[in-house]
Amino acid sequence: MAVLVLADHSNDALSDSTNKTVTAAAKFGGEVDVMVAGEGAANAAAEAAKIDGVRKVLHVESAPLKKQLAEAMEALIVPLMDRYDALFVPATTMGKNVAPRIAAKLDVMQLSDIIGLEGQDTFVRPIYAGNAIMTVKSSDAKKVVTVRGTAFDAAGTSNSAPVEQISGDYGPGKSQFVSEEMTESDRPELTAAKRIVSGGRALGSDAEFQKYIEPLADKLGAAVGASRAAVDAGYAPNDYQVGQTGKIVAPELYVAVGISGAIQHLAGMKDSKIIVAINKDEEAPIFQVADYGLVADLFNAVPELIEAL
Amino acid sequence: MKVLVPVKRVIDYNVKPRVKADQTGVDLTNVKMSMNPFDEISVEEAVRMKEGGSASEIVVVSIGPQQATETLRTALAMGADRGILVKTDDNAEPLGVAKILEKIVGEESPDLVILGKQAIDDDSNQTGQMLAALLGWPQGTFASEVKSEDGKIHVTREVDGGLQTVALEGPAIVTTDLRLNEPRYASLPNIMKAKKKPIDEKSPADYGVDLAPRLTVVKVTEPPVREAGEKVEDVQTLIEKLKTAGAL
Ligand SMILES: Cc1cc2nc3c(=O)[nH]c(=O)nc-3n(C[C@H](O)[C@H](O)[C@H](O)COP(=O)(O)OP(=O)(O)OC[C@H]3O[C@@H](n4cnc5c(N)ncnc54)[C@H](O)[C@@H]3O)c2cc1C
Ligand SMILES: Nc1ncnc2c1ncn2[C@@H]1O[C@H](COP(=O)(O)O)[C@@H](O)[C@H]1O
Repeated sequence: MAVLVLADHSNDALSDSTNKTVTAAAKFGGEVDVMVAGEGAANAAAEAAKIDGVRKVLHVESAPLKKQLAEAMEALIVPLMDRYDALFVPATTMGKNVAPRIAAKLDVMQLSDIIGLEGQDTFVRPIYAGNAIMTVKSSDAKKVVTVRGTAFDAAGTSNSAPVEQISGDYGPGKSQFVSEEMTESDRPELTAAKRIVSGGRALGSDAEFQKYIEPLADKLGAAVGASRAAVDAGYAPNDYQVGQTGKIVAPELYVAVGISGAIQHLAGMKDSKIIVAINKDEEAPIFQVADYGLVADLFNAVPELIEAL
Repeated sequence: MKVLVPVKRVIDYNVKPRVKADQTGVDLTNVKMSMNPFDEISVEEAVRMKEGGSASEIVVVSIGPQQATETLRTALAMGADRGILVKTDDNAEPLGVAKILEKIVGEESPDLVILGKQAIDDDSNQTGQMLAALLGWPQGTFASEVKSEDGKIHVTREVDGGLQTVALEGPAIVTTDLRLNEPRYASLPNIMKAKKKPIDEKSPADYGVDLAPRLTVVKVTEPPVREAGEKVEDVQTLIEKLKTAGAL
């Protein structure tokens, strides 16, 4: 029995979601290998080798893999799956983009965004924006699984697994990387943050979002999130969106400011340890999940809070 | 350019789903059903391509029960040209749907297939990528912008750290994200016109695709409920409570 974990990384560094996926893979059972595919990814491969429970790291260097495009990743992974019983991938945008291609090629039904597993064929996953939890049994010979990071603890990092270089030609395919525009931030990454301050439509503008949400996040050492409405309106970049179709987070402290609490938003944050809601409407659904609710105008309450912290 | 748009009939996004007492699934009797919101965005994008002159024909397809015809009619009222209903009362999994779509692509030869990034009922986020793999086509998933440039399809994608643009050599697969466009409401005259647009009825067997599920549902349960906490008087009380709870 052996599992291949596909690492999510930026070539320079491994994403925390990879360590969590290793935990899920270890629960599945058998030997766990980690694939680090990229260009200039020696650092990421070295980090992967430290993850506890990893048998070995497979490290591939190839220009078309630099941005982990799905077509090249499929060409790389599918032939290797002869040797593995399962492929575990973090449910990041990389994983969501790549894993189903591999599943289709292997003719298996992917298990998306799992939050638990029992043995080798039974998996637990949220459906309907987390309003229902489904347990399913897979009859496929091989399993292709994407893993929701918030549901698993990160594996420790005191290992020194061997790194095996593999080489191959994976492109250029019919898809090419053109450019990227990454959000610059010194803040912790949303899905790994211990504290998050999120702003909603109530902020009313990009400027107000900066003026009220950012300093509160500074005071708390928190990452910044947003509702879909705030992102759609351009108050915050797209990768700040928390929810069913954005990022799933579960920090120690989640502060929702001027967010109503639509089911799609709750789907992304209701597993947070402590939820604080600031909303001027005492009927807002966000109060149904908040541990501490403050019915107040955010434009008064937030500056007061910043002042008092 | 011919565009194929798969649309799924799902629970309306405003409805709070209820789990059945016998734990077999979510109760859909007498629940409002609508087109998957991401698929409305796909249809809108195709219609804009047609209005802009880059698309010549839009074919919409749905795999589902007879009532999925309503979903197809909605797409036709938005501006699609004709529909295909692949009728099945069984719950088709993404892999099965992708296999049927592969066959339809074979018959229709579209230059572009636009799917939603995810169906809001099963939250799988798989079908488009699977179809791309089966066809050996390139994919631009989670699109917030799609445009043609020097013979290629440029797709700007919403990714974890921000935005990424890829260039695809067509034919290609695109899956839509929320910020690609704002779907229109069909006008009454267009709803009337849509009634006359053709919908072809097919069965999975017509395509020789076996939809037998690979996953068996063991149980579907309610998520753990989160108890509502307390309302606090003012900012000072909030801070004290958070300190007591060890959150500050
Ligand atoms: C397919 C689909 C997917 C979606 N995915 C997501 C998702 O991933 N994430 C997500 O967040 N949403 C998602 N949505 C959107 C979701 O349904 C809601 O529309 C959205 O979450 C609302 O954002 P909001 O709470 O900021 O805005 P609103 O619902 O408009 O709420 C604003 C709140 O601010 C309060 N307020 C106003 N002024 C003040 C003030 N001065 N002080 C204090 N409070 C004030 C109001 O009382 C109100 O409660 C999705 C929708 C669809 C259809
Ligand atoms: N039964 C279906 N009929 C038509 N299109 C579908 C069906 N199921 C999924 N799709 C398409 O695939 C997308 C992603 O669905 P999923 O992979 O199930 O999350 C949807 O937004 C639709 O475009």
